[in-house]
Amino acid sequence: MSMVPTLLSVEGLTKSYGGVHAVRGVSFELRAGEILALIGPNGAGKSTCFDMLNGQNIPDSGRIRVLGAETTGKKPRVIWRMGVGRTFQIAATFPTMTVRENVQVALVSHGGQLFNLWASTGRHARDEAGRLLDLVGMGAYAERPCGELAYGDVKRLELAIALANQPKLLLMDEPTAGMAPRERVELMRLTARIAREQSIGVLFTEHDMDVVFEHADRILVLNRGTLIAEGSPEEVRGNAQVRAIYLGEGLLYDARHREGASA
Amino acid sequence: MAFYVVQFLTGLASAASLFLVASGLSIIFGVTRIVNFAHGAFYMLGAYVAFTLTERFAGAFGFWGGIVVAALALAAIGVLVEMVLLRRIYHSPELFQLLATFGLTLMVEDLVVLIWGPDDLVGRRAPGFKGAIDFFGQNIPSYDLFLIVLGPVVLGVLWLLFQRTRWGVLVRAATQDRDMVAALGVNQKWLFTSVFALGVFLAALGGALQIPRDAVNHAMDLRVIVEVFVVVVIGGLGSIIGAFVAAVLVSELNAFGILIFPKISIILVFLVMAVVLIVRPWGLFGKPEAPARRTPGLAVNPWRPLTTNERLAAIAVLIVAAALPFVAGNYLLTVGSEIAIFVIFAVSLHFLMSVGGLASFGHAAYFGLGAYGVALLAKMAGLPMIACLLLGPLLGLMGAAVFGFFAVQLSGVYFAMLTLAFAQIVWSIAFQWVSVTGGDNGILGVWPEKWAASPSHFYWLSLGIAALAVVILRIIVFSPFGFALRATRDSPLRSEAIGINGKRIQWTAFVIAGTVAGLAGALFAYLKGSVFPDNMGISLSVDALVMVLLGGVETVSGAVVGAIVYKALNIWLVSQTDLSKLVLGGFVVLIVVAFPKGIVGTLEAFMHRRRKSSSSASSPLLTSRIESAE
Repeated sequence: MSMVPTLLSVEGLTKSYGGVHAVRGVSFELRAGEILALIGPNGAGKSTCFDMLNGQNIPDSGRIRVLGAETTGKKPRVIWRMGVGRTFQIAATFPTMTVRENVQVALVSHGGQLFNLWASTGRHARDEAGRLLDLVGMGAYAERPCGELAYGDVKRLELAIALANQPKLLLMDEPTAGMAPRERVELMRLTARIAREQSIGVLFTEHDMDVVFEHADRILVLNRGTLIAEGSPEEVRGNAQVRAIYLGEGLLYDARHREGASA
Repeated sequence: MAFYVVQFLTGLASAASLFLVASGLSIIFGVTRIVNFAHGAFYMLGAYVAFTLTERFAGAFGFWGGIVVAALALAAIGVLVEMVLLRRIYHSPELFQLLATFGLTLMVEDLVVLIWGPDDLVGRRAPGFKGAIDFFGQNIPSYDLFLIVLGPVVLGVLWLLFQRTRWGVLVRAATQDRDMVAALGVNQKWLFTSVFALGVFLAALGGALQIPRDAVNHAMDLRVIVEVFVVVVIGGLGSIIGAFVAAVLVSELNAFGILIFPKISIILVFLVMAVVLIVRPWGLFGKPEAPARRTPGLAVNPWRPLTTNERLAAIAVLIVAAALPFVAGNYLLTVGSEIAIFVIFAVSLHFLMSVGGLASFGHAAYFGLGAYGVALLAKMAGLPMIACLLLGPLLGLMGAAVFGFFAVQLSGVYFAMLTLAFAQIVWSIAFQWVSVTGGDNGILGVWPEKWAASPSHFYWLSLGIAALAVVILRIIVFSPFGFALRATRDSPLRSEAIGINGKRIQWTAFVIAGTVAGLAGALFAYLKGSVFPDNMGISLSVDALVMVLLGGVETVSGAVVGAIVYKALNIWLVSQTDLSKLVLGGFVVLIVVAFPKGIVGTLEAFMHRRRKSSSSASSPLLTSRIESAE
């Protein structure tokens, strides 16, 4: 395990809003191929933490490094160019383009062709876009208008867009929000498979505890802006402090799990 | 010293009217989210109606009563307008709302001339405030002092109204969250109507109070609306305090700007506005604007390049157009050239609006800059025509580079207001800088050289350049840059997250659009043989907007059809009636309310529906359900 390089390292991340400490001294690391979940009750500072990682929010202090390079306080577009892909809680795609064109735009950007006024985008990286769509199981929908897709498919398309720059790190903000239970499992399995195959590190926030305990290699638990627990799903489930905060949801998970096993 | 104090007080007095109008605009925007372009028209109507009333009824009671009654009458008209027109467009895109209320403005301009005649009307002095007060040898009209007091009084009354009454609480709540207020069972319709009435009342009062200071004329609507837009951009839309502070600031800058730059005093206001925009893009007292909403129901099918057959058809149409000189006379060829030039102008704006999602209300600025560029190069430097045609549009490019940089920092209604204000600044420079631009007299004698002088040759030249412009802009639409621009329009969040610098992409698009508009202006200068400040006027900007809208704002090149139809109609209309603005304004309102997809957009939707119904067996929604269920 020690051979695997540290992908993301966060040191003493802090942010406060007018006296309220939203995030206080959060530090953690993420390795290539690892799937790390960031959880916590409402108001724990997940979103603030997440937004500082992707560049939408600037920390008061602390450092964020991706593969050793400092990304603290940089703009989202700069962080993307440093090899960080991301998906949003409400999937953000380009509704007036076809599915393939959605991916092609990201490939155009990755290829440094944004100010090319002359070439035909339709022919740009067609096959590569097709490969990415196949990867997420959207190959058959390539020529569909994005605006007509079912939401689960939009989410998969967004994943393909996020993978266009061959990211080392994937940041996913509540990846399964707004999806049907079946779709959740499919999307997370897909994500996990891609992460393993391409040794991409994945950091995601999530409210659905089933998804978290099923798919995360490691879990970080935030409460009131500080990290209160960190470890494997088993360790976190056994943590008394986490149980105290997460009483309802944690027990619910166990109960349901046992029911499934006995049936 | 006394002179500067008096100048300062004059500025404060001017601020009162400006504040009344701007606060009305802000209040309406806060609740209804409509930027009421017709606000200037209500201001003007307030002045005209008050003029009639104060002339008719003598004495102090007649005068002050007339002013209040005029404002109340306009508020009643406002209620009517809100119920008949605005209620139909509350859910339309901002662009359509701006256009509909602008159509209203156009109609009012002709109606005013029809009722009160074209001449300036000088009203009575205010009873009780006829004299002047001596201040260390300088005279201050006592009416100015009255206005200086009135401004803060109105501010205070508005504050009490919003803080102390139930209605005011509802208005403030609706300004923060309309949907929540509706969910709480408040009658929204009535709230919107009453807010609109109050806003119009304030505008009309502002106009009526100007009677003792200024002559009433039919151009005061646009003059005030531009100043008001500058005020709300600086102060922040939706903030009454902001409107007050910015009104004072702008009026003082005007009052002292005349001392510093007597020829181009408006520059000072522009500089302050630019600084505010850089530091606080949403204004001194405003709040950052929520992203512009998309229109439900106006879904866009993905654009695609023309098929081979469509290309052949387009070439065939071009060949037919090129054959016009063999059948048509000189007059028709001149009309044809003008239409071709307006096709270039319209497609340049269409590129910015449809592909970039940036609705400029001042695109004529770059058209006019191109025209002036040619005129100056031809008359002053004596360059040959080809050189002028190539270099003239560069003035449009430079203008677009400077103004575009600031404009793309904003979006939606702020972008529209800012581009309008910029265009008006360019217009003022052309109008006031007489030694270079000839002012109102323009620059005459810009004639084409011999090879292009005959109507048929000039027609071919214009047609060729128009075809080239359309083709090049289409290529750009489908280029990587075009996709990046559409990506920024569709989802700023996602495009930033895939490494696109949206502001720089939009700025580039603005410069491209401005340059192409400059090219149209350059040709126009040669067509007319002269240039005038009106070549960059507001009505020209609106012409372009209507062409785009008529063609279809969601199409790739609908503006070509829009420009041809609109321009032909316009030329015919002007030859038929004196009330062309009235008809035009009504036409604009009609398009927005009844025909928002435009000609090409409607055709496309029709074709799309036919294609779909013929292949309904494989409806995408249906198949995706089946496949995901497997």
